[in-house]
Amino acid sequence: MGECLDRTPLLTEVDLTDGRAGEPSRLVRGVNRSFHGKRGLGVASTLGLPLTWMLFVYVGSLLLLVVSAFYQLDPITQKPSDELTWDNLIAAFNVFDPDVRDTIWVLVRTVGVALTVTVLCFLIALPVSFFIAKVAPKWIRRGLVVALLLPLWAGYLVKGYAWRAMVAPSGGKFAADGKGAGGFLDATFGWTPGYGRVAIVITLVYFWLPYMVLPIYAGLDRMPPSLVDAAGDLGARPFRTFKDVIFPLLKPAIAAGSIFTFSLTLGDYIVPQMVNNGKEKFMFGTLINSTLGAPNQPLAAAYTLWPLLIVVLYLIAMKRMGAFENL
Amino acid sequence: MKLSLPARLAFVAFTVLTLAFLYLPLLVVARLSFNPQASVAWPGWTGWTTEWWTKAWQTDAPREALLNSCKVAFVAMLLAMFLGTLAAMAMARFSFFGKNTVSFLLVLPIALPGIVTGIALQNTFSREFDLGLFSFKVGFGFHSLVIAHATFCVVVAYNNVVARLRRSSPNLLEASADLGAHGSQTFRYITFPLMRSALVAGGILAFALSFDEIVVTTFTAGSGFQTLPVWIYSNFSRPNNVPLVNVMATFVMIVSIPLAWLAQRLTDGGDG
Repeated sequence: MGECLDRTPLLTEVDLTDGRAGEPSRLVRGVNRSFHGKRGLGVASTLGLPLTWMLFVYVGSLLLLVVSAFYQLDPITQKPSDELTWDNLIAAFNVFDPDVRDTIWVLVRTVGVALTVTVLCFLIALPVSFFIAKVAPKWIRRGLVVALLLPLWAGYLVKGYAWRAMVAPSGGKFAADGKGAGGFLDATFGWTPGYGRVAIVITLVYFWLPYMVLPIYAGLDRMPPSLVDAAGDLGARPFRTFKDVIFPLLKPAIAAGSIFTFSLTLGDYIVPQMVNNGKEKFMFGTLINSTLGAPNQPLAAAYTLWPLLIVVLYLIAMKRMGAFENL
Repeated sequence: MKLSLPARLAFVAFTVLTLAFLYLPLLVVARLSFNPQASVAWPGWTGWTTEWWTKAWQTDAPREALLNSCKVAFVAMLLAMFLGTLAAMAMARFSFFGKNTVSFLLVLPIALPGIVTGIALQNTFSREFDLGLFSFKVGFGFHSLVIAHATFCVVVAYNNVVARLRRSSPNLLEASADLGAHGSQTFRYITFPLMRSALVAGGILAFALSFDEIVVTTFTAGSGFQTLPVWIYSNFSRPNNVPLVNVMATFVMIVSIPLAWLAQRLTDGGDG
């Protein structure tokens, strides 16, 4: 997120009349005067509207979501009623109940997938960002970064669909006119992971990779080359240089990238739908979505408290690592 | 940094592979949209037809969905640009109590999983709010989508503008004041021109983000209103519609990738 560049734009098109900017009208002068030197008024007039929007629409909705997790489902109408109950929260959080344990297992698996995706994104993003920021000739750097980031905007669903076409196994129900041919991977390399867990992880890595590349590249770009050279002069081998110089400095950037790879994976339920095999509720998002469609809105709301809790804790941890200055 | 030739080649190879990994699936979909067979099976590079493109253009549902997507994205973009710029000006110029919390709050809609945001907003929009004098319900449709999309697009506009404002020197504002400019003149002739291209870039990215969004959209659109991603989502598994999905998916790429590229150029080169 954010921009990474080093040039300040030129001031252009300042239309000057006789070398002077036009005088503001009396009304505007009055407004200027009343704002002069008043910081509180400045903050209120700029931050007021966006903050109100975020508080009312967003924070308000999150709070209402928490409240609605306490609603009882009317047994006859199957709609949430005003009666409050702990049942939904117990059904989502009571780890001693064997039924709930299955839910927790899906959650643990989802966190596992999110961590796997984060680590894989990091392992791909690091050498690529390092190459672009420190090894590649200067004139090509900007182009390479843009090339890595553009697929981010190709459309979430489009990319999910693209992987559906990539990994399609031969003989599946989408194969060509009964000829039984597979998707691109199968037809070209004779190998495909098919629909299933591996395909889910590959697709998620594909989705969130640019989010990891951007902060790591920016972090490496900011790092003075003299540091790496100095480590080399002092006799450190490349691995040592990486471990003791580059990695500690990159930590906040990695933390920033991992926010997206981790939390976006955690809530995903569309990718599993597009590249998964059958109806297995592999990801926690799928479980929430199917509960919502069950329909049991209060229970679904109680389930969403899990990812909400995990992500907020994760965000706080990453903020401590300085991730927010790198977003 | 100086590296040995083999190490350098290894880096080049790895980067090329990564780029292939990123672009190959997109090319595959683009190729499939010209595939004479109605299937996602790989047809190789022979056999081309524009039949599906013509058919997609003549089919009402995807075309309407496309138009809806554009409308929602445009209004959400305007709202996001307005709110994001205001927030950016506050965050870049002033220090105040709770500033860290506000920055946390602005990032939250894109940092939280879409399903949480989606269900939370759906829950709110479906509620009847009784304010004593009158009661209201947001309901679902075009307006609820705009509200939802604007909420998570604010951060994109905000990020772009705040980055630009933070980088630009505060000396410019002081110089402007020293030369006798009023607050409004400084804004018009200094601050605004400085952030203009970043603002446009933020707007474009907000448009692209809204145009693509599916998770929050499925929860807040209601049943009567379809955006292009929703259309793709409800048709991708129907064998009969595979060719049309291929075409619309390719179309989304054709729209959003150049937009994102343009936004990059704008953030890079100032007004250039």
